[in-house]
Amino acid sequence: MMARGADVIVVGGGLHGLSAALHLSLRGAKVLVLEKDYSGRHASGVNAGGVRRLGRDLAEVPLSVEAMKLWHGIEQLVDDDCGFTRCGQVLVAETEKELDLLRTRAASVVALGFDHEEVIGASELLELVPAIAPHCKGALVSRDDGAALPFKTANAFRRKAEALGATVLTGAEVTNVSHADGIWQVETPQGRMDAPVLVNAAGAWGGKIAGMTGDPVPLEAHAPMLMITEPVAPFLTPVLGAAGRTLSFKQFDNGTLLIGGGFKGYADTDINRAETRLSGLTESARTVQALFPQLRDVRIVRAWAGLEGVLPDMIPVLGRSQRWETAFHSFGYSYHGFQLSPITGKIIADLVTDGQSDLPIDPFAPERFV
Amino acid sequence: MATTECTQVDVAVLGAGPSGMAAAIHAAEAGVDVALIDEHPQAGGAIWRGLANASGSRRQTLLRDYPDGGAMLDRLGAAKLRRIHAATVWEVTRDRVIFYSQAGVARQLAARRIILANGALERPMPFPGWTMPGVLTAGAAQIMLKTSGITPPGPVVMAGSGPLVLLVAAQLLEAGQPPEAIIDTTPRGNWKRALRHLPVQSSARQILAKGLKLKRDLRRAGIPVYRGATDLEALGDETVSGVRFRHRTHMTTLNCSTLLVHCGVVPNTQISRAIGLDHVWDETGQFWRPHVDDMQRSSVAGILIAGDGGGIAGAEAAVHSGRIAAMAALDGLADVSETAFDHERKALARHKAIRPFLDTFYAPAAEFQRPGNDTIVCRCEEVTAGQIRQLVRQGCHDPNAVKSLGRAGMGPCQGRYCGQTVSRLVAEVRNEPVSDVGYFRLRPPIKPVTLGELASLTPDEARNDG
Repeated sequence: MMARGADVIVVGGGLHGLSAALHLSLRGAKVLVLEKDYSGRHASGVNAGGVRRLGRDLAEVPLSVEAMKLWHGIEQLVDDDCGFTRCGQVLVAETEKELDLLRTRAASVVALGFDHEEVIGASELLELVPAIAPHCKGALVSRDDGAALPFKTANAFRRKAEALGATVLTGAEVTNVSHADGIWQVETPQGRMDAPVLVNAAGAWGGKIAGMTGDPVPLEAHAPMLMITEPVAPFLTPVLGAAGRTLSFKQFDNGTLLIGGGFKGYADTDINRAETRLSGLTESARTVQALFPQLRDVRIVRAWAGLEGVLPDMIPVLGRSQRWETAFHSFGYSYHGFQLSPITGKIIADLVTDGQSDLPIDPFAPERFV
Repeated sequence: MATTECTQVDVAVLGAGPSGMAAAIHAAEAGVDVALIDEHPQAGGAIWRGLANASGSRRQTLLRDYPDGGAMLDRLGAAKLRRIHAATVWEVTRDRVIFYSQAGVARQLAARRIILANGALERPMPFPGWTMPGVLTAGAAQIMLKTSGITPPGPVVMAGSGPLVLLVAAQLLEAGQPPEAIIDTTPRGNWKRALRHLPVQSSARQILAKGLKLKRDLRRAGIPVYRGATDLEALGDETVSGVRFRHRTHMTTLNCSTLLVHCGVVPNTQISRAIGLDHVWDETGQFWRPHVDDMQRSSVAGILIAGDGGGIAGAEAAVHSGRIAAMAALDGLADVSETAFDHERKALARHKAIRPFLDTFYAPAAEFQRPGNDTIVCRCEEVTAGQIRQLVRQGCHDPNAVKSLGRAGMGPCQGRYCGQTVSRLVAEVRNEPVSDVGYFRLRPPIKPVTLGELASLTPDEARNDG
């Protein structure tokens, strides 16, 4: 079978797996991606598409800043614009106390040596988001952040990786992983695949694969939900969140509104399904109404949930296996992996080919849970 | 904030057409607490639409075509049950909570059993120009006739295949506005294939006799019929002004202000899909239908399917499958007579006997199932067959991948008009059976719901955190 003879097997054909495949292929490695469904079936293809440095865990900020540089030239990387727009990201404060917390936050980002986050007051917020409810006090903004189209992005990464020589095998669920004589043996319904290097980018199933390589991590599957409305006249440019609420809110070019932020549905990785939970959707609707009361009669046309891997400290596992020199992990992005994806593949490629990364990835080591 | 409390019933029936009415009546007469929920202001479904408030000659006309409707409505009126009309059901959970909106207010209803009686939809019929104003379905024209006695602007031309084409043509004739012509797109070879299914049962012969009589009436009225027509195309700039088609060896063009099209009906699976019931591809009928056993039970406990929503068999059959579903639903709630059950099952089998013949005879032409590249498939997002084929060739091997990347099926109709065609096109390019290709995953809400309605609700959800 043509698949044998690969240099690297990547488990998971989502964005992080495809990004690893792309960057490894750029360096001449022969990569085989094993995807149990189709690329972008779960979190990679159905997320909110936020390309956001704003408000990230401080450990992620250096990676996020590097990823942002790649996003601003995404077409050079994957030959596709991925629907990326530099529309900005805004985190709204509804009270003075929230605004103070945002000021503290901005200062801690500056202390790291980055200047992309800034605090604005109520009047400037009204200029940025004229439709916002008048009680809002200000916001934390990151003007060069933006948004992209997730499935288009996943598809672009897949096509580029394939164009560079990678093979993406779909319907290839990994049932077992073992190591013998320096070779990883990966069992799938389509036969055993062998390669000297293994990359685990299995998303919500990443914990299962990590268990097979002797790197147990307490990964949980969550099912964050999103809703989309019918088109309405344009009124919102940036992607909007709220400091004191669970909300991610944006308007697409076609006028539809995307409502999300992290309300959870029902997740079941065994039956490969995420389902919406109405109580979360009603809560989400109330949140939007509080900030934009004028949207009361806008109709929701679709709601969905996607399966996402979440770790207790809400940051991913990204790095080398604690047990094997030749196994690497990139999963568990805990609701916010989309923006990081262009850089995580590069980090994996650095680790595989050079044995190290220039970026500070120690906080993401799999052994932190031991 | 306003909250609506959750009403509890034994049996909720969704849809008040023949099967839903029969099911609701049967369950109510057995003494259990029943709610009958329907989108329209009156019961009757598509077939008896308008009957509930028709009077005089229109009532006579409606009753002549479907004589059982009057008695059924009377019996429903006498039954002790909750009737919830003009309600849009937008979410049904696997643990049997129904969410719906009525006059702008969202409500919820928990049921020990749910009977889905969602009926049929006209099979989407994509061809060049089908999205133009003035191109309507024959069913839509019939609804206008039934509810308000209005005929569409003439001249009217009809195109397609299926019993409804004949019926609506006859109804237009009676209403004083006969179609200028009928362009019959039934593929020429269907007749021979259907012959071996020719039924012998007397009930089936009655149906065939009814069809032959309609044909005779139309012939006597001098309405030309172009048999075996292909390459159908609606012409016009802003609205339809004509129709072009190939008949025998040459192209023919007819002028019209309304083009009524139809190529059969398919089960309305929006709710059964949204719940996540198992579905199967019906090769004879050329449609997806929810899996049901011989007691009309679906793949999820406590959820039953009645009528054409479980597979096309017509109004008479729907009454019997409705009663069977009610009997199965009553299991554990009330006594069910084995004799009555057997009686209904035999009646249902009798009414279904003609289906293989009709389904084979009226199997839709390939040009409407796998349209040409320039033809729009998804009306909401204006995605063409060519764009869909291209996406499949680029690696979107699943209808859901086509939806995610190409937006087909993402509009407010949730794929009602394109879902089946998308499955077909994926199957065509992949050279796989439709049954292997699958269908869109349907997302809630089943019908659009406003932010305000959603915000007003505190759902009664029994499930634990997932």
